[in-house]
Amino acid sequence: MRYVDEFRDPALAAALVKEIGAVCARLERGRDTPLTVMEVCGGHTHAIFRYGLEGLLPDLVEFVHGPGCPVCVLPMGRVDDCVAIAERAEVIFATFGDAMRVPGSSKSLLQAKAEGADVRMVYSPLDALALARKNPDREVVFFGLGFETTMPSTALTVLRAAREGTSNFSLFCNHITIIPTLRALLEQPDFGIDGFIGPGHVSMVIGTEPYRFIAEEFGRPLVVAGFEPIDLLQSLLMVLRQMEDGRARIENQYARVVPDAGNPAALAAVQQVYEPRESFEWRGLGSIAGSGVRLREAYAGFDAEKRFALAAAQVADPAQCRCGAVLTGAEKPWACPEFGTGCTPETPLGALMVSSEGSCAAYYQYGGMRGAAA
Amino acid sequence: MRDLIDGVFRAAFADDGALPAAEDQARFDLAALAAKGDRLAFTTDGFVVDPLFFPGGDIGTLAVCGTINDLAVGGAVPVALSCAAIVEEGLPVEVLRRVAASMAQAARAAGVPIATGDTKVVARGACDKLFVTTTGIGVVRAGLDIGIDKARPGDVILVNGLLGDHGAAILNARGDLALETAIESDCAALDGLVAALIASAPGIRMMRDATRGGVAAVLNELAEASRVGVSVRELDLPIRPEVTGFCEILGLDPLYLANEGKLVAVVPAEEADAALAALRAHPLGRGAAAIGRVSDGRPGRVVMETRFGGARVVDMLVGDQLPRIC
Repeated sequence: MRYVDEFRDPALAAALVKEIGAVCARLERGRDTPLTVMEVCGGHTHAIFRYGLEGLLPDLVEFVHGPGCPVCVLPMGRVDDCVAIAERAEVIFATFGDAMRVPGSSKSLLQAKAEGADVRMVYSPLDALALARKNPDREVVFFGLGFETTMPSTALTVLRAAREGTSNFSLFCNHITIIPTLRALLEQPDFGIDGFIGPGHVSMVIGTEPYRFIAEEFGRPLVVAGFEPIDLLQSLLMVLRQMEDGRARIENQYARVVPDAGNPAALAAVQQVYEPRESFEWRGLGSIAGSGVRLREAYAGFDAEKRFALAAAQVADPAQCRCGAVLTGAEKPWACPEFGTGCTPETPLGALMVSSEGSCAAYYQYGGMRGAAA
Repeated sequence: MRDLIDGVFRAAFADDGALPAAEDQARFDLAALAAKGDRLAFTTDGFVVDPLFFPGGDIGTLAVCGTINDLAVGGAVPVALSCAAIVEEGLPVEVLRRVAASMAQAARAAGVPIATGDTKVVARGACDKLFVTTTGIGVVRAGLDIGIDKARPGDVILVNGLLGDHGAAILNARGDLALETAIESDCAALDGLVAALIASAPGIRMMRDATRGGVAAVLNELAEASRVGVSVRELDLPIRPEVTGFCEILGLDPLYLANEGKLVAVVPAEEADAALAALRAHPLGRGAAAIGRVSDGRPGRVVMETRFGGARVVDMLVGDQLPRIC
């Protein structure tokens, strides 16, 4: 298939792997610890496992799977709020598919649906708005989730709802932003990541400029990458070359999609509709200042948090779970006592086991090729 | 109303000659059955597909082909089907006529009569438009000993053609994706193909139609039941570019998509060439391919060699595939 096969070309991959090997051989001299590269985005985690990239790389390189899976970092209390909204008789609760299995403290949206809640899977927030128009006697709530990637589309949906006066539509806004979270990670005293593969879809919206502090303040290279295996291998090579040269820059491997200035129209819509929250809770990471957004006052009428009385409770993860340590790259999934026993894709305790972008689910399903508990 | 609906099915299936006009049961001559093989095969399946009509078929063709295939992959020669329909009040009789006609056509094409049936009408909301249950009996060929637990290291794994068409066609036909593609369901009765396959590979170990859960589910069940490893090569998987594209957009994996006219067969290595040739000589097997091997790797584990030599585990799917956010 055109525009896909080129980026999965085995010969090209072999050449890149060879070059990565050569750079690693030089970097390896005098080192006794692995080079850790964090791929921030869950889509990259998924691709790394799907194509078996880890197995192709020298032992020196270790991927650490970052916090960029929106489903994985959703705190339990927020899932509980979703379930509470969805279980109201007047509500049609519309959500992206992979949010449906995330466990809340008592149940997931999928379980709520099985018990009779009207939960609908949609592919776009505009589908939820269409549901609202089609069901004027019901309250349609869209579960807004994701980073800057999905933010513009929910922003445009709210703008359209406002323009059309669709009063039975609202947004339960759980959007989060990646930059404050990266900063919070980097400010941790024991943060041992040597370089970053930067998110592709987020950068398509925000551009490459916002990452500059990572190179300038923290001296780490970051390469914005595409999602095909060749993209990832090439980006890794770019990161390693920076390390070899002793440089730390923000580079853009995904220039075919990501303009350095981002998408001004999308950013304007986001700016118009959302404002930063003081802080937002991330599963496993705790509260991070400025890392979430909410609807601006002008769109308060479409804010599900205002329309429904929500518990907004903070619910702690089970004490034995190691989600936070796995999310920050401090521990590998199989170091968690629950991995593969108490916590499996069928009975997930933590959200990292739910989404195919979550590193635990990825290790459980695709992994085990390099050290994961069998 | 009841008579009208009964009449629809009765009229559609009548030419097959097997539907007894005034009796409550179909009757079969045991000696004639015994001549076909040495064991009776018996299977049933309920069909609740939404939408009822989709490119490449409808609930009727699905109900007939699905049950014929469940018999065929057990090595049985299908003998007869039953059809029970639950109809939601208010369903246009015209819809029912179309479904009955395609059932009759599929049954006739396969030479397997629908020998008995029943119809119930339930109140609006008590079912979704139309549910169809078909039950089938068949006779297992004498001496044939196949089963999901019979694969051995070295065996070759075959499929009879392009994978994932049905699953993609159904998802697309629901209409909420607004993707423009012409993918059609592969819905087909495989009994003829199976007969040719068995004739060419008498040592065949197992067959399974790769319906819900797709080829990945069959491979996992096989690895589990036979206590063997399974390895497949991504490059050898026959998948139509439209289906690949469809899956790329939605974040789905074609290996997990349902098929309704595809089977997975395991044959001893020495019979693999003959089996593949026999499949390819049949109209429903032109795209047949050897996709992998049974290995002495870790029992129960299915490993896929990716396009450029990486490896990944193909696990059993938990629940339905859910499209990813981004």
